[in-house]
Amino acid sequence: MSRIGTIARRTFLIGSAAILGGVAFGTYAYRKPYPNPLIGTAGAHALTPYVLIDATGVTIIAPRAEMGQGVHTTLAAMVAEEMDLDWTTVRVIHGPASHAYFNAAMLEEAAPFPPTDQSWTAETVRGFMHVPAKFLGMQMTGGSTSTPDFFDRMRAAGATARAALVAAAARRSGQAADTLKTENGTVILPDGTAIPYTDLAADAASVDLPDTPPLRDPSQWKLLGKALPRTDMVAKSTGTAMFTGDLRLPGMVFATIRTNPHLYAPMKSFDAAETLKVPGVTDVLEIENGVAVVATSTWAAFKGAEVLTIDWAPATYPATSAEIEADIAASFTDDRQDSRMRNDGDVEATLAAGVTFEATYNVPFLAHATMEPMTAAALLDGGRLQIWAGNQAPTLVVSMAAEVTGLGAEAIEVHTPFMGGGFGRRAELDFVRQAVLLAKALPGKPVMLTWTREEDTTHDVYRPAAAARIRARLEGDKITALDVALAAPSAMASQMGRFGYPTPGPDATIVQGAWESPYALTAFRVTGYRAPPSVPLGFWRSVGASQNAFFLESAIDEMAHAAGADPLQFRLDHITHEPSRAVLQAVADASGWATPPATGRARGLAFCLSFGVPVAEVIEVEDTPAGIRMTGAWAACDVGVALDPGVIEAQVQGAMVYGLSAAMTGRITFDGGRVVETSFPDFDPLRLSQCPPIGVTILSMGGPIRGIGEPGTPPAAPALANAIFALTGVRHRRLPLVDAVRFA
Amino acid sequence: MATTLTVNGTPHTLDLPGDMPLLWVLRDVLNLTGTKYGCGIAACGACTVHLDGVAVRSCQTPLADAAGTAVTTIEGLGNPQALHAVQAAWVEHQVAQCGFCQSGQIMQAAALLSETPQPSDDDIDAAMSGNLCRCGTYPRIRAAVKTAATNLKGA
Repeated sequence: MSRIGTIARRTFLIGSAAILGGVAFGTYAYRKPYPNPLIGTAGAHALTPYVLIDATGVTIIAPRAEMGQGVHTTLAAMVAEEMDLDWTTVRVIHGPASHAYFNAAMLEEAAPFPPTDQSWTAETVRGFMHVPAKFLGMQMTGGSTSTPDFFDRMRAAGATARAALVAAAARRSGQAADTLKTENGTVILPDGTAIPYTDLAADAASVDLPDTPPLRDPSQWKLLGKALPRTDMVAKSTGTAMFTGDLRLPGMVFATIRTNPHLYAPMKSFDAAETLKVPGVTDVLEIENGVAVVATSTWAAFKGAEVLTIDWAPATYPATSAEIEADIAASFTDDRQDSRMRNDGDVEATLAAGVTFEATYNVPFLAHATMEPMTAAALLDGGRLQIWAGNQAPTLVVSMAAEVTGLGAEAIEVHTPFMGGGFGRRAELDFVRQAVLLAKALPGKPVMLTWTREEDTTHDVYRPAAAARIRARLEGDKITALDVALAAPSAMASQMGRFGYPTPGPDATIVQGAWESPYALTAFRVTGYRAPPSVPLGFWRSVGASQNAFFLESAIDEMAHAAGADPLQFRLDHITHEPSRAVLQAVADASGWATPPATGRARGLAFCLSFGVPVAEVIEVEDTPAGIRMTGAWAACDVGVALDPGVIEAQVQGAMVYGLSAAMTGRITFDGGRVVETSFPDFDPLRLSQCPPIGVTILSMGGPIRGIGEPGTPPAAPALANAIFALTGVRHRRLPLVDAVRFA
Repeated sequence: MATTLTVNGTPHTLDLPGDMPLLWVLRDVLNLTGTKYGCGIAACGACTVHLDGVAVRSCQTPLADAAGTAVTTIEGLGNPQALHAVQAAWVEHQVAQCGFCQSGQIMQAAALLSETPQPSDDDIDAAMSGNLCRCGTYPRIRAAVKTAATNLKGA
């Protein structure tokens, strides 16, 4: 059943475990590699966990979840580049859950230095962060970390594999290794004879190798730097790509679930009499905080669940969004201060001369609303557990399943199929846990659990509602002091708490996208305030930057207009960070900022540096008889080194659309302790007819390589709000805009 | 009561309730899983298939209504070895991101082009706006529909 399991037993794994770019400060335990999960036995030679070769070809393990961001393509290209593989023959799989695939970049980003700081101290502290990351061994997809995390590791794996294959060919042919070339998955001898890698793999496995073969200079790249055909594109265009819900096994039963809409509160009692009368329903099982209906088809399970009678315990948090948002608005107090990660100059002293700008902004809770509702399958059979689930944290899935079933980790296998959207939602384990509980209750039966859209919308882990109070002093066209106060409940404490990890210290996501802002002001302070915990929260594409860019960039725009300055020039006048200036200038050039828009149209500009990536965006809007319509959108970003411009363009376009959907109509509200919105029509996301052409300019300024899954989202909302102000003269300080704006 | 349902040219005799949505007949009975469940209320288009060449939401199409028509799913439109012109355009423009909505998008686009071989931007807006994509692939969908129209015209 498991391709990786069968491959590992009868094929050869080559390479070395040496990971380039490791830290110089580690201990022995840190330096000791995790066991290679492809071998299955600890203590064997350290071999690369990223490349395996069998008689049919080369398979690359891209151990990050493919949720649409193209990560399998880009990670595979890193290996293929160094190995000289024929791109059309490359196979990519996610591979097993393993601590060997730990995410170092995620904790690196948690170091208390802005990403614009490349100083020795900042880099050293970031280096230290690899050590706890590795001890935790958390295999996690998120935080736009995959590309920076693997840029060295995957290329090194490819270079090591290539060196082993060349050495094997040298030994077999009697030719010196430095006279051999590699091309299209073969080693080429001086006489032109090509030996396929597949023929050399067995020999290569016994070759002794240097730990760190040299990596190619980017000027030699043939695959990296180009828009490659995605490895999943044909499958996703023909209905043959396997998502979790597409798994079919003999004897499979289909389930759905109802858990307490008062989130995480228990169920008091239920009556399944009507459910058991529904044809096809075979079992009704009580599970944590709710009931599962098991049937011969998903439809029968859905119908059975509709007629359950359930008595729910009440919510433990305030009943309405109005109450929760009032708590957030009341959190700007000393005892709720959570962080002050930016405090340049003396803000109070400068503001004492007179505050010239003051405004309050608000955003609502948001759902992730992936196209594929939460889905997971599991089979407990003969003391072994198999799990199939699009998930962003497979090692956490193993720990959770071990706790639920009492099995050892070695008896648990996690398969990570394609995800029908992630956006942070599938870092949560709730739906996977439910599938494991069902498998435990129905041993020997493969169980496919599918949430309804309504269950998905009302049982998400939400982007927190948040508020900002911004004060500033403007002297002429210069900001002389900027005081940004940001309040939100802690998504970090909520999410990590459910994983069982304590989160001491401040929650940097409350101030994310603001504290590390490159605005270079004499006096600039960013203070985070932690609102009381209420509903379950999670990480939503771009996390805290999703709200903080709206707050800060709306305020900057307001000040630009107050100063009578051009919004582009005003920003350039306050930013010295070169990559940030470059993206602002690039988006201005692409959008024709210097040329006035057509009559009846207006443009708005916004900027945010998040996840280390500066992004500037322009939106053009038009007043039409049917309402306001977007007529154009432009983005410019600097990812340091652009590995696949096709994937980057798609990610930036998609991130903008995601941000625009939230800005225009996105909202989750609570009433009576339950989520009011249940399906797409209640928060109708952007449709094709509303989507403008989106031009993307990709800069490679040569700084550290960065991921691009998230940074395109934050500037979208303020760019739109600023455009609407430019068109109508009305400033909107509260999202979603649909409450005050008629959109076409 | 036995119902005869013809899917991608193959007739199936099915003993299923007449009100069972075609979506679940395809997915859970016939194991044709290319057609996706997104919302169950015809609000997202992920479940789009053709009945006699017309795009419908299979989540809102009872089996009884589909019986007697020719049902075409994404699996019947083309396959990896023999792509339909719309699928080829999707690959050319590298449209898909997560891919979950794309079966429905492609079936909707194929139906549009069979009815309106040279669609205007307004035609594309009208036909494609019932199909939601949370990854935001709309700019590439628009481009791919136009390419498919051009290629079909030349065919």
